[in-house]
Amino acid sequence: MSDPEGPVPTGPAGRPPGGDGTPPPADDGTAPPGAGTASARRRRDRLAAALIGVLTLLLGFALAVQVRNADEAQLLAGAREEDLVRILDELGSREDRLREQIFEQRAALRELTGSGSRTGTALEEARSRAEALGILAGSLPAQGPGITLTVRDPSREVEASNLVDVIQELRGAGAETMQVDDVRIGPSSAISGTAGRLRVDGTPLQAPYDFVVLGEPQDMETAMNIPGGIVQTIERIGGDVEIAQSPALVVDALRPLDRPQYASPATGD
Amino acid sequence: MIPILGLAVGVLLGLLFDPTVPLWLQPYLPIAVVAALDAVFGGLRARLDGIFDAKVFVISFVSNVVVAALIVFLGDQLGVGAQLSTAVVVVLGIRIFGNAAAIRRHVFRA
Repeated sequence: MSDPEGPVPTGPAGRPPGGDGTPPPADDGTAPPGAGTASARRRRDRLAAALIGVLTLLLGFALAVQVRNADEAQLLAGAREEDLVRILDELGSREDRLREQIFEQRAALRELTGSGSRTGTALEEARSRAEALGILAGSLPAQGPGITLTVRDPSREVEASNLVDVIQELRGAGAETMQVDDVRIGPSSAISGTAGRLRVDGTPLQAPYDFVVLGEPQDMETAMNIPGGIVQTIERIGGDVEIAQSPALVVDALRPLDRPQYASPATGD
Repeated sequence: MIPILGLAVGVLLGLLFDPTVPLWLQPYLPIAVVAALDAVFGGLRARLDGIFDAKVFVISFVSNVVVAALIVFLGDQLGVGAQLSTAVVVVLGIRIFGNAAAIRRHVFRA
């Protein structure tokens, strides 16, 4: 559709068509000096105007379409093979980088969860240790199998040393924790007073003295009853001991935790 | 007047219909648009210079578009399509700048 009309004066030498490397005089319509007859020129002008309109319309159309098209992410569809290869390469290296990151993050996550579970285990261990120590020290209630041991003292002859013997003998037989008349016996418990007016850690006791002891019931009963043992000793001075095994006892008297005044934990395990 | 009207109507139509560019045309459409823009700027400059000729404008418009598309097509066949289209865009961009500068001198006298 280059030349709509026949012989028309071509452009003079003044303006070369664009794109020939010379400093760019635009590739534009430069008026040829000569012109045809008046009617021919009018006709030509109308045709040219129509053509210009069509062309600019096409340009506007293409412009809008292209802008729309470039907006959408359809760029890949129109891209050349080499562009696609380059894009693919970039995506590949990006994927590599991301994979590396994922790997690092996974490792970090593993490390963190590992240390977390280690911390959790340590915490659990510390907690169970604290419970065990609390039971032994008497700061926590405890339950389990054991015996009830009742020392009757009608003649008011049972001395503090007799009760200390009872406690020591029970401990020797594997008693884990115990209470006497609702007073918890701990590592530093002391029995004081005279016969008939005994005190445990300052708390007065009333005969009969009721022991609740947790431990292996059979062992403890046997230990109490050995010849020359506690039971015989107390019976000899006029008292009376009654022992009953039980599969489920509760020691719920509490004593405050002894705070060491002078001793402190040695550093370094 | 006609070119402005045509441009406006074309843009409107393009936005209205929003057609999908066929695949084979997609590499060439942007180049063609830039080439046509170059022709339009050249025409505008010629108009301001008082040397506008409709025939030259039409021919330059069409040949601009065709040559630009051809260069890119050739480049695609040779395997340097991306570089050649870049080259075409650079050259056309320089020309558009030159024309715009001339137009500016006409309009603002500066």
